[in-house]
Amino acid sequence: MLEFISQPWPWYVSGTLIAFTMVLLLFFGKSFGFSANLRTICTACGAGKHVKFFDFNWRSQIWNLLFLVGAILGGVISAQFLNGNAPVELSAATVQDLSALGFSAPDELQPEEIFSLEAIFTLKGFLVLLLGGFMIGFGARYAGGCTSGHAISGLSNLQLPSLIAVVGFFIGGLVTTYLLMPLIF
Amino acid sequence: MKGLKYIIAGILFGIVMSKSEAISWYRIQEMFRFQSFHMYGIIGTAVVLGTLAVFIIKKYNLRDYQGNPIVFHPKEMSIPRYLIGGTIFGLGWALTGACPGPMFVNIGHAYWAILVAVAGALGGTYLYGVLRDKLPH
Repeated sequence: MLEFISQPWPWYVSGTLIAFTMVLLLFFGKSFGFSANLRTICTACGAGKHVKFFDFNWRSQIWNLLFLVGAILGGVISAQFLNGNAPVELSAATVQDLSALGFSAPDELQPEEIFSLEAIFTLKGFLVLLLGGFMIGFGARYAGGCTSGHAISGLSNLQLPSLIAVVGFFIGGLVTTYLLMPLIF
Repeated sequence: MKGLKYIIAGILFGIVMSKSEAISWYRIQEMFRFQSFHMYGIIGTAVVLGTLAVFIIKKYNLRDYQGNPIVFHPKEMSIPRYLIGGTIFGLGWALTGACPGPMFVNIGHAYWAILVAVAGALGGTYLYGVLRDKLPH
């Protein structure tokens, strides 16, 4: 059994379990949306004293922070016990495209060119993650949700705003992939 | 303990995202290059089954575990808000290869570099809060 679940999980298993997670939270009386935690953390750190957007009762969102803690623990369990750091079996076309940008073929889950400590102690490596994260945080709150809130919860509830947001996710993603990455790497 | 169920749901989410490699920068690149069905399969399956589940919950007026009706809040219609916000999000998503959930799952994998992206995401969230009234919504 352990050996079986230690293999990479196919997309239909993952997709089914993500839908299950969303439904589980609905039956807990909550709604699946991860990036709201970023706002909650800002508020818990005192941002509500200066900025109205953060002036709310963050304790009502503790359940979502617990979900976040669980997500980290899930990563620990997967990495430690379920062979979660196994090399990604990336399509040959992607390996080839990325090698043109200076990335070697995967030998674990993440590229050392971005996620190694050597990489983040360079100015470029540091800025890639800092500014990338910055746009994710800014964009998620501006759009009112991220992949979980819009692409999963929103689309499942047939929300047109969520579809527009997902179209935006792809416009931005394609611009980075085809226009910015050749300039950066 | 009342909060335990949320931690368990989070653990399930973390393991699923990790074992399906959806937290991998490589998989996000592969998706934006349309070179594999994998990520589309994950999101597509989740949305199809999620839509079915929401439909059933609404049709049969199902209630949550405390007996309260499960309510869905329709999102306020706007184009600039979702399109501009979504595009900025997408620019960052392709660069770091992790949206907010996977960022935290990566911490569990001891990819400590992702903490820089988390710090950035908190900074971005804060700046949005500051600029909110000046932005088109």
